[in-house]
Amino acid sequence: MPRLERKHSPATRFFHWANVPILAVMIWSGLLIYWANDVYAIRFRGTVVFHFFPDWFYKTFSLGRHLGEGMAWHFAFMWLFALNGVLYVLYTLISGEWRYLVPNRRTFAEAFQVVLHDLGIRKTPLPRRKFNGAQRLAYTGVIAMGLGSLLTGLAIYKPVQLGWLTRLLGGYEAARLEHFILTLGYVAFFLIHIAQVIRAGWNNFRAMVIGVELAVDGEPTYEQAERAGIAAK
Amino acid sequence: MSKPSGPGLPPSDDDFEVERQLRRSTRRGFAVGGISALAAVAGWYWVKTRAPERLVPWPLRRVLELDEKVGRALYSPARLARNFPQASATMPRVNGRVGIDPKLDLDAWRLRVEGPAGARSMTLADVKALPRFQITTELKCIEGWSNVVTWAGARLLDLAESTGLATLSGKPGDPTSRSGDLLPFAALTTPDAKYFVGLDIASALHPQTLLCYEMNGAPLTAYHGAPLRLAIPVKYGIKSLKQIGTLKFTSTQPPDYWAEKGYDWYAGH
Repeated sequence: MPRLERKHSPATRFFHWANVPILAVMIWSGLLIYWANDVYAIRFRGTVVFHFFPDWFYKTFSLGRHLGEGMAWHFAFMWLFALNGVLYVLYTLISGEWRYLVPNRRTFAEAFQVVLHDLGIRKTPLPRRKFNGAQRLAYTGVIAMGLGSLLTGLAIYKPVQLGWLTRLLGGYEAARLEHFILTLGYVAFFLIHIAQVIRAGWNNFRAMVIGVELAVDGEPTYEQAERAGIAAK
Repeated sequence: MSKPSGPGLPPSDDDFEVERQLRRSTRRGFAVGGISALAAVAGWYWVKTRAPERLVPWPLRRVLELDEKVGRALYSPARLARNFPQASATMPRVNGRVGIDPKLDLDAWRLRVEGPAGARSMTLADVKALPRFQITTELKCIEGWSNVVTWAGARLLDLAESTGLATLSGKPGDPTSRSGDLLPFAALTTPDAKYFVGLDIASALHPQTLLCYEMNGAPLTAYHGAPLRLAIPVKYGIKSLKQIGTLKFTSTQPPDYWAEKGYDWYAGH
């Protein structure tokens, strides 16, 4: 018999979806800023393999000549970005949700099995988990990246008042590059995330919108699976 | 209690109840999600289309001002821009020529210092008579590039102290210890007034804010601001006005060339 299982709390869903407009504005405005000094490129033996970014990219998204506008949006939405991240982390700590998210000693072995499964090498289904090992690594990693963006951002925003931070990150120019690379990281995360959500299917996606997931009797609840996992360590 | 159900058995009333519940939740969840998504787009569009204040939609201008308040509250003049070895200094590119007259008569040039208590006209020799300071710091362009430069000149703080013009009373002496007397802003303009910069007094009197006459060990060239320019490492390069004509201490926020063009007025580091 099917049953409904509560998977994502309203708070989790809010913090999750708030990232969409916040990151969209931060990345868009970040590109408006980056355009004014678009010096990064992948080079091989001195020749440019890929320039961040080709002209068609700026033209397609009308990114050129809007530095002031980019800064105004970036320095407004930075508050929302930071606030959403801090509140989310506090929420996971207070609610205990962090137990499902933070990697533990089984995570790496489990993540390896997930990779084998996703590559079609492991044929048996993965055990039912709210978040499997690969997800734990990804979702904790992306929070660490968020913290990284905040810190590298502050280091280039206030390089004198926060000079200790700028130095810690390798200097003003290094911090700017780190800030940029982290943003590429979000884009990579986003693409893999979308692909995995599509693979996982409608029931999983719907749970992030409505909170509940359709489960089948006989399957352990996520809490039971979590406890069993802890017991099995 | 639930009736038996499972593969091969006809669905029970409970199964239908679960499905009904799920359909209800799905409808409600996606309606809330859809409305939220529309609200977010509408919010973005609303901000973007508000009346611009100096080319920035007013809600974003308000946030820039809030950022400035936070920045000023947390500002400390004791925190210095990093000093680099002099050997790492290079010449920055000339990024702006607005307000610079390359044929300016340097002998006839005077620095005009103004405040509510009076005005003074200073020669370059008068400025050079103040203690000479040298720093090697990053010049950080608002465009995103930076360049290590060695600057030499007089501290704006020392000029304010010796002239007394940064205060309402006009009395010489350390102006930073007289908060009620100290004027809150400084304004700099080129001789032709085509380029102009506004500074909060705390940044203007930062110990590394220099009235520079030398750059990388040589007198300033015309397009780097001869005979006297500002070097203010606690701000983006847009504030380091070249070829100073007038330095004015004032009680009202001075206009700023790039703030008029849609940038943050404070632009502080």
